[in-house]
Amino acid sequence: MAKSIKVRAKVNGGVTTVKTLISHPMETGLRKNKKTGKKIPAKFIQEVTCMHNGNNVLTANWGTAISKNPYLSFKFKGAKSGDTLKISWMDNTGKSDSVEAKIK
Amino acid sequence: MKKLAVIVSVICMLAAPFVAQASSPEQDLKNFRKYFTDRFPNVSFQDFANGVYAVDKGHREQWEAFEEFPPYDIAIDKGKEIFEKKFANGKSFANCFPNYKKGIRQNYPYFDSNKGEVVTLEGAINACLAANGEKPFKWKKGPIAQVSAYIAYQSRGKTFNIKIPNDPKAMAIYERGKKHFYAKRGQLNMSCADCHQYNSGNLIRANTLSPALGHPTGFPVYRNKWANLGTLDRRYGGCNKQVRAKPFPAQSDEYKALEYFETYMSNGLKVNGPSIRE
Repeated sequence: MAKSIKVRAKVNGGVTTVKTLISHPMETGLRKNKKTGKKIPAKFIQEVTCMHNGNNVLTANWGTAISKNPYLSFKFKGAKSGDTLKISWMDNTGKSDSVEAKIK
Repeated sequence: MKKLAVIVSVICMLAAPFVAQASSPEQDLKNFRKYFTDRFPNVSFQDFANGVYAVDKGHREQWEAFEEFPPYDIAIDKGKEIFEKKFANGKSFANCFPNYKKGIRQNYPYFDSNKGEVVTLEGAINACLAANGEKPFKWKKGPIAQVSAYIAYQSRGKTFNIKIPNDPKAMAIYERGKKHFYAKRGQLNMSCADCHQYNSGNLIRANTLSPALGHPTGFPVYRNKWANLGTLDRRYGGCNKQVRAKPFPAQSDEYKALEYFETYMSNGLKVNGPSIRE
């Protein structure tokens, strides 16, 4: 199964810039199915975390305002080239995914 | 004397259509390019492939930020999956498009002299499915756009060189596309040229109009408005609706002709699909 998270991480002068593109419908729960008229159930990421060397460097609390297939970019200090990052997400339906990536 | 008059008038009648024919495609292409290079003297020719971003600095900055991790990446991956998956009969898309790794996007649309019609990339994708007993994809978005994106991505950097053979059917399709481009339509009574040629670079409400030179090179596009990937005929339908004209069906003869004309007009530019647009 293809992973839902794509990551690119690069360190420059002590600061690591992480860019991720997550595949997720981010359904708000307010949209209606055009054919049946019923509301499409909400399915959106509630938490995104990034771990580095056992440390939690980012926790993002998301809601329905974040758009479909979200792009997330952030910077943090204290990592070096070759280190491993672990990015994970969990949505309101209990589904989750995570991926590990090396910092360039 | 009467016989001479008849002969002369017959010759004149035969000559008339050739004299009346306005201009050749080659001449049209020259004029078309000249219009845009004159209108935007500071844009390098190859940059026209980037649409509105070639002519608007503010939009360009936002676009370059998007391109760092483009949303169409997901579509390319999906397209690759679909492309490589074997059909029920054991074959796959690679059998229909054997040279896809070398780049093939730049050859579409082309005139098939056996069938007497224009073949677009999406048309070829569905023809491949049909020939192998598979259900064809729906036009405009979804799997067809994803496979088209994958093929376009493999073809990036190749130069468009659409040919219009010396065949009356091909010429008729070209002329039909050209006519559509310049014909006013819809409740707003506007033509493609009104926005994308004569008003290219100007504002339409809060958006800047892209020049038609370079229009098709980046398709299929991830359009921010759609938050999704779409094909050229998805956009054509949208454009027709925007001037409150009834859109033609996707991959109809009318839109195929328009694509033939538009792509020919972008000859010399390089494939840069899939791309991000407004």
